[in-house]
Amino acid sequence: MKVTEKDVTYVADLANLELTEQERQNLVKDLNSILEFVDHLNELDTSNVPPMPQVSHRYDAPEKAGSTKFMRPDLHKASLPREAALQNAPDSDGTFFKVPKVIEK
Amino acid sequence: MNIHELTVDSTRTAIAEKRFSASLVVEEFYKKIRAENGEINAYITFSEEQALRQAKRVDDLVAKGEPLPALAGVPIAIKDVMVTKGIRSTAGSRVLQSFIPPYDCTAVQRLQDAGAIILGKTNCDEFAMGSSNENSAYGPVRNPRDKSRVPGGSSGGSAAAVAADMAVAALGSDTGGSIRQPASFCGVVGLMPTYGRVSRYGLIAFASSLDHIGPLTKTVKDAAILLQTIAGHDPLDSTSADLPVADYAKELEKPIQGLKLGVPKEYFADGLDREVQAAIETTIQQLAQAGCEVVPISLPHTAYAVPTYYVIATAEASANLARYDGVRYGRRSAKSRTLADMYRNSRDEGFGAEVKRRILLGTYALSSGYYDAYYLKAQKVRTLLARDFEHVFQQVDAIVTPTAPTAAFKLGEKTDDPLAMYLADIYTVTADLVGIPGISVPCGQTTTGLPIGLQVLGKHFDESTILRVAHAVENLAPAH
Repeated sequence: MKVTEKDVTYVADLANLELTEQERQNLVKDLNSILEFVDHLNELDTSNVPPMPQVSHRYDAPEKAGSTKFMRPDLHKASLPREAALQNAPDSDGTFFKVPKVIEK
Repeated sequence: MNIHELTVDSTRTAIAEKRFSASLVVEEFYKKIRAENGEINAYITFSEEQALRQAKRVDDLVAKGEPLPALAGVPIAIKDVMVTKGIRSTAGSRVLQSFIPPYDCTAVQRLQDAGAIILGKTNCDEFAMGSSNENSAYGPVRNPRDKSRVPGGSSGGSAAAVAADMAVAALGSDTGGSIRQPASFCGVVGLMPTYGRVSRYGLIAFASSLDHIGPLTKTVKDAAILLQTIAGHDPLDSTSADLPVADYAKELEKPIQGLKLGVPKEYFADGLDREVQAAIETTIQQLAQAGCEVVPISLPHTAYAVPTYYVIATAEASANLARYDGVRYGRRSAKSRTLADMYRNSRDEGFGAEVKRRILLGTYALSSGYYDAYYLKAQKVRTLLARDFEHVFQQVDAIVTPTAPTAAFKLGEKTDDPLAMYLADIYTVTADLVGIPGISVPCGQTTTGLPIGLQVLGKHFDESTILRVAHAVENLAPAH
């Protein structure tokens, strides 16, 4: 068992996830079985292989130094009107999103 | 009007020739939907009022004798991971249960600009995470071909809607096989275009380097027509390619004689159902008889694709889904006193088990001390997978494989074993990782009548060739 209950609790904290005791136990089991499967990747020697984080950079002509192929000009443009941006807000005062108090006095 | 026979192509023609009106088409489809959706559960949300308004606009054009756009009056279903202005968009999640987007996804916008009519939003696995459509907060979808079985996933609602004549065509999304595998399970055509071919703007993000939008249709020609409409550069997606779009429907007419088709031995190894294997091999023989040259090939890193995928996809998902914190939109837990509680409770109440599992796996793979061992390692293996294909595409024009190792499985069959579920994507995930296009086309059925799909994979931005091969397969397949 590589992943312990403590690891799951730590990672759940990082991800802002609340877990019940049952969920925590299931996840210890699932993560171990998935990671055991993922460990097969270590059969491959990748010491001289570059990583591939994106498809476009590999096939859509690699970006040359100074090129702006994947960049757009930084221009001022109209954005979503405030009313539309707030339309799905769980709580707002019409100007800002409202959240529970962050700093306690 | 027999809605079962309507294709993208024939619907527009019939409306243009005044054989029936767009309004009547829309009404007939809602009649069918009302009769069937209760059991199949392909749709989550309907947009009937807007659809009838759009149909009226098309009918007005016809009445005035004005030119009709390419998809005038064609009723289409949209997977609920694409945002639609004014129409609820849930991504199959409780988090977005009452989310009404203020803008349209580019692909949807392009369909509407071409006169298509949006019937509603289709069910899917939550945030497109799943291979059976059993991870939806809105209940599972049933396979119209056998209602005790899954439709595949995550675009299960889109595939089922097309298969059950509840839409002429649909849009889906594919991150690890989510268009092609359900297309195979439901007996329809499913096309995943090259990464960058279709804008992802307005696609609710799962794994941004792997997400694709594409069509699910009854015919290969329909897939070609829809791709042509939604493809092309979009300044709102920085990964969208600025390359010309072919006339895909016209490309279908080119002969297949002389095309070199690679058959990778790794896709016919253990785990492949015998009936599926037999159907695929028969079809490959028929393609050879039709004049294609069949070339045995090897893609040696195939076995590493699923583990690579589940590291990269979950890592990207853990970052993308951090936005659901209950602050600006989406579900906010009512019971929280502090901001930190609000984040955690909102996410706890909103996310289902599979989404939590993937966020945790992805967060683990990115966390300090494990980043190199998992995330970086997977990115390097991704390069090896890409090289496999680059090498093989020097020898062949396209690759033919099974779409999935089995036909549709039973509801509940794999829900307790995430790993078994992940292996349902074994033949599809590699194309997402490498960014090449793939299409699933029906090529036969099992003795119990379940559809079997053949997958054609092609070179980057060469959708024309895979559509041509799929079109040939469609013409070979015995009627069923």
